[in-house]
Amino acid sequence: MTTTENTTTTTPAKRSIFRSEAAQKLLAFGALIVIFVFFSLASPFFLTKDNVIGILLATAVNGVLALGVTFVIITAGIDLSVGTVMTLAAMTTAVSIAVWHLPIPLGILVGLLTGMLAGAINGVVIARMKIPPFVATLGMMMIARGLALVIPAAIFGSVRPVYFSDSPLFGQIMMGSVIGALIPNLPVPNAVLILFGAALVAAFLLAKTVFGRYTVAIGSNEEATRLSGINVANWKTMVYAVGGLFSGLAGVMIASRLNSAQPGLGAGYELDAIAAVVIGGTSLSGGEGTILGTLIGAFIISTLTNGLRILGVPQEWQFVITGVIVILAVYLDILRRRAR
Amino acid sequence: MSDVLLVMEEIDKSFPGVRALDQARFELRAGEVHALIGENGAGKSTLMKVLAGVYSKDGGRIIYQGKEVDIPNPRVAQDLGISMIHQELNLMPHLTLAQNVFVGREPRQGVRFMLDEKQLNAQTQALFDSMRLRLDPRTRVANLTVATQQMVEIAKALSFNSKILIMDEPTAALTEAEIEELFRIIRELRAKGVGIVYISHRLEELKQISDRITVMRDGRYVGTEDAAAIPIERIISMMVGRTIYESAPEVPEHPSEEIVLEARNLNRGNVIRDVSFKLKKGEILGFAGLMGAGRTEVARAVFGADPLDSGEIYVHGKKANIKHPRDAVRYGIGYLSEDRKRYGLAVGLDVEANIVLAAFEKFLGKLGVVNSNKTRETGKYYVETLAIKTPSIQQRVKNLSGGNQQKVVIGKWLTADTDVLIFDEPTRGIDVGAKSEIYHLLNQLTQEGKSIIMISSELPEILRMSHRIMVMCEGRITGELTAAEATQERIMTYATQRRVLMAENGASGDPGVQEV
Ligand SMILES: Nc1ncnc2c1ncn2[C@@H]1O[C@H](COP(=O)(O)OP(=O)(O)OP(=O)(O)O)[C@@H](O)[C@H]1O
Ligand SMILES: [Mg+2]
Repeated sequence: MTTTENTTTTTPAKRSIFRSEAAQKLLAFGALIVIFVFFSLASPFFLTKDNVIGILLATAVNGVLALGVTFVIITAGIDLSVGTVMTLAAMTTAVSIAVWHLPIPLGILVGLLTGMLAGAINGVVIARMKIPPFVATLGMMMIARGLALVIPAAIFGSVRPVYFSDSPLFGQIMMGSVIGALIPNLPVPNAVLILFGAALVAAFLLAKTVFGRYTVAIGSNEEATRLSGINVANWKTMVYAVGGLFSGLAGVMIASRLNSAQPGLGAGYELDAIAAVVIGGTSLSGGEGTILGTLIGAFIISTLTNGLRILGVPQEWQFVITGVIVILAVYLDILRRRAR
Repeated sequence: MSDVLLVMEEIDKSFPGVRALDQARFELRAGEVHALIGENGAGKSTLMKVLAGVYSKDGGRIIYQGKEVDIPNPRVAQDLGISMIHQELNLMPHLTLAQNVFVGREPRQGVRFMLDEKQLNAQTQALFDSMRLRLDPRTRVANLTVATQQMVEIAKALSFNSKILIMDEPTAALTEAEIEELFRIIRELRAKGVGIVYISHRLEELKQISDRITVMRDGRYVGTEDAAAIPIERIISMMVGRTIYESAPEVPEHPSEEIVLEARNLNRGNVIRDVSFKLKKGEILGFAGLMGAGRTEVARAVFGADPLDSGEIYVHGKKANIKHPRDAVRYGIGYLSEDRKRYGLAVGLDVEANIVLAAFEKFLGKLGVVNSNKTRETGKYYVETLAIKTPSIQQRVKNLSGGNQQKVVIGKWLTADTDVLIFDEPTRGIDVGAKSEIYHLLNQLTQEGKSIIMISSELPEILRMSHRIMVMCEGRITGELTAAEATQERIMTYATQRRVLMAENGASGDPGVQEV
């Protein structure tokens, strides 16, 4: 009996196509295709250039929020504050540019930092004060919503939107089209470029950096990560801060898109973002998830909304259908796992 | 005389309700293997966790290389050159082997925060090669068995090139051959001057590998002896504070001929191949074989935890449709998993809740309300009968020592009133005293008419306890022996009866294993 023989004997596990990591993306991607084909057949207005660009545009803000939430969920956490933090960031950007007349890049920076700061506070509350993520970010969700109302009230004496009337350039960030300038027939708004750019950055962070590695490690087995000598509290704080940074970016995007900061907006966005992440195959129990999956998840949601609207399905029913799809997607994921 | 590397003195550590360490002491020299032993709950793991920076001590001193040191967290321990292989597996299942081994110390690419995955895999491969481990660094940990994961943990600890290496029951999940390999590695490290702390309940191993032995009892230091000089009986009496008489191996009385459980032609992928067996009433049926032979897989399939491709299971002569553990429990089958943390226990719940968990209906009153008097009594009863060391039945299971957790699982299935009990490595990580209690318990259960399937990698245990022995190799049953026929040699012959031809065309489906 030789040693090598034994140390190598491990239980052969059943391999199935469902199990591979690529399969989940395929599954979600397949779903997206099916939805596309379905709506194309159901309505002649669906598969038109304008409408597809519309879908891309509609995905941008939710997509960027979902990217940030992906990191948080991979650590087995949750972030309920992304929607209202987005609004708060939109508000700080708007105040910087429209009220204080700071240059646009500086205003953008203020928005990004606002998001990151809110995220970092989430992180500290969760990692240091040991408040469960659900509670901590629920609190932040309310705080950010309140602040987004307090700021205009303090400046103008009443809660009202802040418009970028003197800086028309700001609106071009989202709605201008660099691609359209190069290829005249393809007026894809910059918003879409920003989404894909952010996704590339996120994918790089997750797959290629120490930050991404520890994000997965913490979600996979937090105790083991701690025992490996990694400062889990610091890295967790970073994860929430990065999540917040993406919310900040979404805030700048939505402000540009609407040419204003709307203080009442934002609640409910977190649920769409979480839904996108989950549809994309990221496991709520942590350790697993991909950026590509989240991107596809975000597209599935906006395609559904768009298609149902074109078919004249009333908005009430759109919610119902999206809800069913979320549950189905997660169920498929569970089936896939069980196939191991 | 080698120089003293480490002295721990008057170490105190209390958890709520438990004094885990009480003026504990330990000394380690460079280039020695120092065994640390004691009953379940004696405080061995706690003492070493204090050294590894996992727990902070309440009092006492740690003097390392002549200087008093403070070790507030695992990072500091690592930087001092102290690394520990924990008793419970501590890997990240979603990461690959390489990512696990070097987590926290990943090689970087140019910029500080970018990972160099290639270098990472290469370093891990080199490490595995030096340990003669044939594993692919890119496999995900989740796809590996407990034994392989244990080897990966060992590899990880070795990669630190530490001056002190603590191994908390490293051999609990390993086969004889793997243990040999581990011992070879330990001897090499010793020759290089590494100080090794070796915690184990397998007393036979101690003489083989250790230079000195320190015994702990109830969180206190009992004594330190030269391993070569001291007889095993003396060690045992130091551990338990009394003398235990190992009862002579008993081949229990012959069971009746009534068949309670029969498996016919079970198949599942290439892990279970055409497995058939019968279990008689009042019998202990031993399942022997090397790690990865498919014994656990058979047990899990019979219990409904994994789906079968084909095959039938009969309970009391009637065909049983077992699709889920729930069905198995309904048919009166209980399974005590080898990996208790993952499958056997709700570690966040208390002892009482775990014991009554599988048989909750038994404790419901008329209105569907839990009768907490009854659950408490049952909890207390098993804590006493199984001698579970816990401050109260309200203690959370995750705070119990490893061996005591195992006893809680046993208590749970005993409560569930099953007539077929499948024990998967029932005495892994259990001290000598508790072990003979468990053997006694198994015999008592069969006398009450229960039937037992016992999977064990310890041959003496299989030989001592079983009426009949099924031997498995590579997913097949390769032999059946009665208690009278069975010898270690015979079992090993069957256990290594590999199908050479089959193996050639990729019999192993494990992605992590490169065929030799
Ligand atoms: N985190 C904790 N919280 C509360 N009690 C604990 C904790 N860790 C250990 N204990 C208790 O401290 C005592 C010593 O436990 P320890 O794990 O050190 O025992 P051990 O000697 O390693 O036993 P075994 O051989 O079973 O592993 C036990 O009574 C245990 O229940
Ligand atoms: Mg222990």
